[in-house]
Amino acid sequence: MKKNKNEKIDTNSAGVVETQYYTFAGPGMEFKFESGDALGPITLAYETFGTLNEDKSNAILVLHALSGDAHAAGVHEGQNDTGWWDNMIGPGKAFDTDRYFVICSNVIGGCKGSTGPSSINPVTGKPYALDFPFITVADMVHAQRYLIDYLGIDKLLCVAGASMGGMQVLQWVASYPDRVKSAIPIATTLKHSPQQIAFNEVIRQSIMADPAWREGNYYEYGQPEKGLSVARMIGHITFMSDQSMEEKFSRRLKNDKFSFGFDADFEVEGYLRYRGANFVKRFDANSYLYITKAIDYFDLSGGKLIAHGKAIDTRIMVISFKTDWLYPSYQSQDIVRTLKRRHVDATYCELTSTYGHDAFLIEVEEQTTLVKHFLDKTYNGYLVTGKYGIK
Amino acid sequence: MESNNDITLDHRVIYSIIEDHTRVLDLGCGEGELLYPLVRDKSVRAQGIELDDKAIQECVKKGLSVLHDDIENSLREFPDHSFDYVILNQSMQEVKKVDYVIQEALRIGNKVIVGFPNFAYIKSRFMLFFRGRAPITGSLPYLWFDTPNVRFLSITDFKLFCEEKNIRIVEAHYLGEKEIVRFRPNLFALNAVFVLTNR
Repeated sequence: MKKNKNEKIDTNSAGVVETQYYTFAGPGMEFKFESGDALGPITLAYETFGTLNEDKSNAILVLHALSGDAHAAGVHEGQNDTGWWDNMIGPGKAFDTDRYFVICSNVIGGCKGSTGPSSINPVTGKPYALDFPFITVADMVHAQRYLIDYLGIDKLLCVAGASMGGMQVLQWVASYPDRVKSAIPIATTLKHSPQQIAFNEVIRQSIMADPAWREGNYYEYGQPEKGLSVARMIGHITFMSDQSMEEKFSRRLKNDKFSFGFDADFEVEGYLRYRGANFVKRFDANSYLYITKAIDYFDLSGGKLIAHGKAIDTRIMVISFKTDWLYPSYQSQDIVRTLKRRHVDATYCELTSTYGHDAFLIEVEEQTTLVKHFLDKTYNGYLVTGKYGIK
Repeated sequence: MESNNDITLDHRVIYSIIEDHTRVLDLGCGEGELLYPLVRDKSVRAQGIELDDKAIQECVKKGLSVLHDDIENSLREFPDHSFDYVILNQSMQEVKKVDYVIQEALRIGNKVIVGFPNFAYIKSRFMLFFRGRAPITGSLPYLWFDTPNVRFLSITDFKLFCEEKNIRIVEAHYLGEKEIVRFRPNLFALNAVFVLTNR
């Protein structure tokens, strides 16, 4: 997803943060993937914001989307890039770091400090490339559980995330219901639809069709830039709405007249090319293949979210956005329907936004109101003030 | 804490009906004015259904669980007897499929609390009969072209409806402006609150 470009000075910034690393699954204790493969050691990159309280009851795990990373808020020493959810995490913000201890980890299979296809295989001394096991959303969550164990947190106050982050939220509820007090899945789904799989397949094919991909063994030569940038361009189309593209670009031209050539005439073309070119510098092509496949495999429908006969006391707040056509509201409503069938304490809100799927990064105000109060009641409960009755 | 005067009579009546630690579904819960005191004082496990964005935000501010949905579409997935009480207060008259909604409410709740404005209230009758105007009263405050209400019924109408549908009325409360009405409610009550079960 795109970074939040906040040019104003943010007095509520989470401040300077440093990425930390936790390595587990050493020799003889390999991490078992859902595919049946095993691998170790595994490193997860993570960042934390705020302070863990004494009884470790104020920890919130924030989960990133497809191309996100552990850098969710604040800035790194000597750099200006704020984290991907900087407008939501910080002192006084939705995830208030004066009150809560916020953790964000890069997923397993990623390329931002966690073990993934671009990591060095200790056996061969070369990147794993396609020797890396296939991953699933359940594997991502399983790996995060090691981190949460390591941090000594028995029960998370909340797990929250949007898009693929929302899938991880749901997977946490499915895999470890006793370890999450509340959950906020945003702009997400119980299962990838054929349309979503289709987009991901085109994304993968565009990477794999680039000869520079070299069956995944491109690390000595550089990224399959053409394929990867086209892949990201497809992604960016799906993140916006028809309306937000009209507002952002309309049919405006980069220069005043048509070039009558295949240069980028329209602003929207320039934008996509810029986004694609930028992405190549920051994201590993094989990680993109692996992670898109993981979310295509994702399916918690049909009773897999909450085991049959099991009651859960996790509070859940589902949020969707009206113009999001990548993860449309009907998919969030499907989550809600499942929760209703299972007597789960649920809140659902479809927010009005013109920004499409990107709204979760942009619509700060309403999300802040919802998240802030939802967390407050989860953390503090109700203050009993007295009774009134009929006279 | 709110003083008694800030709380409408129908809310006080419903508040007093509902026991501690029960499960309550409020259809058309607005800003949670009714659910919040129940949750706060009576440890009720509450779920609201509401369509208005702003009202949903207000519910969340109060810490209530609320689902963004319209009443008619919201009921199907709830299993039988999911709630001790299903409340349909001042929202039934805005529903098109009244029969369906009440039957579904009776399926998913052990008891259903229905509160509605009485169209046969004396001032309504007066306005219609003597002035030839569509009634506007304290419980029916809207002009004809600007009302969310699509159903207009009297207390007698509702009793006949229950009779015909084989629905048992467990309790009936008739409400005036400030106090309970005991004499000829179909004429003198602004609002009615019924507690229903399946026979």
